[in-house]
Amino acid sequence: MIAVEGVSKTFGTQKVLRNVSTVFETGKVNFIIGRSGSGKSVLTKCIVGLLEVDEGRIMFNDRNFTAMNVNERKAVRQEIGMLFQGSALFDSLTVEENVMFPLTMFSDMSKSEMLDRVNWCLKRVQLDGANKKFPAEISGGMQKRVGIARAIAMNPKYLFCDEPNSGLDPQTAIVIDNLIKEITYEFNMTTVVVSHDMNSVIEIGDRINFVFEGEIWWSGDKVDILKTTNDELNNFVYASDFMRIVREKLQ
Amino acid sequence: MVFSHRMQIFTNIGRYTLLMANVFRRPEKWRIFYRLTVLEIDKIGVQSVGIVALLSLFMGAVICIQTAANIDSGWIPVYTIGFTVRQTMILEFSPTIIPVIMAGKVGSNIASEIGTMRISEQIDALDIMGINSANYLILPKLVGALFIFPFLIVMSMVLGITAGAWVGELAGVISMPDYQTGITYDFRPFQVAYSLIKTTVFAFIIVTISAYYGYYTKGGALEVGKASTQAVVYSIVLIMICNLLISQLVLT
Repeated sequence: MIAVEGVSKTFGTQKVLRNVSTVFETGKVNFIIGRSGSGKSVLTKCIVGLLEVDEGRIMFNDRNFTAMNVNERKAVRQEIGMLFQGSALFDSLTVEENVMFPLTMFSDMSKSEMLDRVNWCLKRVQLDGANKKFPAEISGGMQKRVGIARAIAMNPKYLFCDEPNSGLDPQTAIVIDNLIKEITYEFNMTTVVVSHDMNSVIEIGDRINFVFEGEIWWSGDKVDILKTTNDELNNFVYASDFMRIVREKLQ
Repeated sequence: MVFSHRMQIFTNIGRYTLLMANVFRRPEKWRIFYRLTVLEIDKIGVQSVGIVALLSLFMGAVICIQTAANIDSGWIPVYTIGFTVRQTMILEFSPTIIPVIMAGKVGSNIASEIGTMRISEQIDALDIMGINSANYLILPKLVGALFIFPFLIVMSMVLGITAGAWVGELAGVISMPDYQTGITYDFRPFQVAYSLIKTTVFAFIIVTISAYYGYYTKGGALEVGKASTQAVVYSIVLIMICNLLISQLVLT
């Protein structure tokens, strides 16, 4: 479980996060949704420690991440897997080397053990056989799957996904969504997905946090979100004609 | 305007110092550090041998011809040509001009490589894994450059002086025995040491300044290009300033 308690973050004179408090539950796919510029990416960067918070604290299973020094944080970070918006695969490394990278850096496994683990991870994301390809030689969807394989290589307790579906066609997006969901349940991870894709939210979201102007404006599950009377959330959820039709049908 | 520009200089110095504090930490795994350092020695040094050799040969040859063309007095011995080629190559051309060329070749490469990693979130990926990204990316390049630069510069000196001998004899401006007399006349080994001290400082400047501009790149492809240009410009400016300071401190 990850608990965010009273977190605030300011850049210059602009207050991006205002006293944000929420909980991301274990074994569930937790979503952070919101419009562009609402503060959801800053919140995620604060949680994983890429940005320091001005106020408040981040708790990883009752461990105060905010108060930790560099070495203590390193131990927590090795329990974190992250899938980036652009996959963030290392260009100079093959698919196999990318997935093996965290194992090489932090595990004491032998080369053959690492290779077994890499092959297992690649098989789990249905990419067995792509070991020797470079990131530039595979499609965007495949890159995301390699990103997931790299994220799960170290058996993480926490999985962060930043806009996992951006740039993907709807079918591939569903494949990635389902993969995130399956992995979350299979390994009982605390998964946090940052997205503004309502299809993903409805497809795999267990718990949803709506960020508006730097605050957690609304929290609930995917059934609640379709029935909410919150104006800002309704404007976000029903921004497209498709979702408005869904609402009419539901009503 | 002037005030904010001055503040920007202090901001850059502060961020550069913090970056260096992170670079000079113990590597996560020594085995990986050694492997990366060897790769960087190849990338920075071995792959620059061709251009360094070519430039050195032409520089030595041109200095020889120009010196010969400017000595038309019978009072000046012919072996001065060899002496001038040696002194110019050892004191200035090899240890300063070659690093300036390397700032363009290696510096822009380092800035654009690290800058691209920054904008494509690869550095964030390293940080989230718990890896000291500054140390992992920059230290092998720095150690590699500090190791290989002196070899390149010594090679440049030897090739430049040799090219002077060939061209001098081919053009008929100086005989080989006279040239040999010139290059051995009043030779002070300390001057080679002085050149290598300069080279080491310049290698440090090129790698750290270029890595600094790459590491703090923000935005997209345009900014990577800008970071690459800034890396080369500031590296060359600092090389020139340090060249003056080291010459004043060591030679006087």
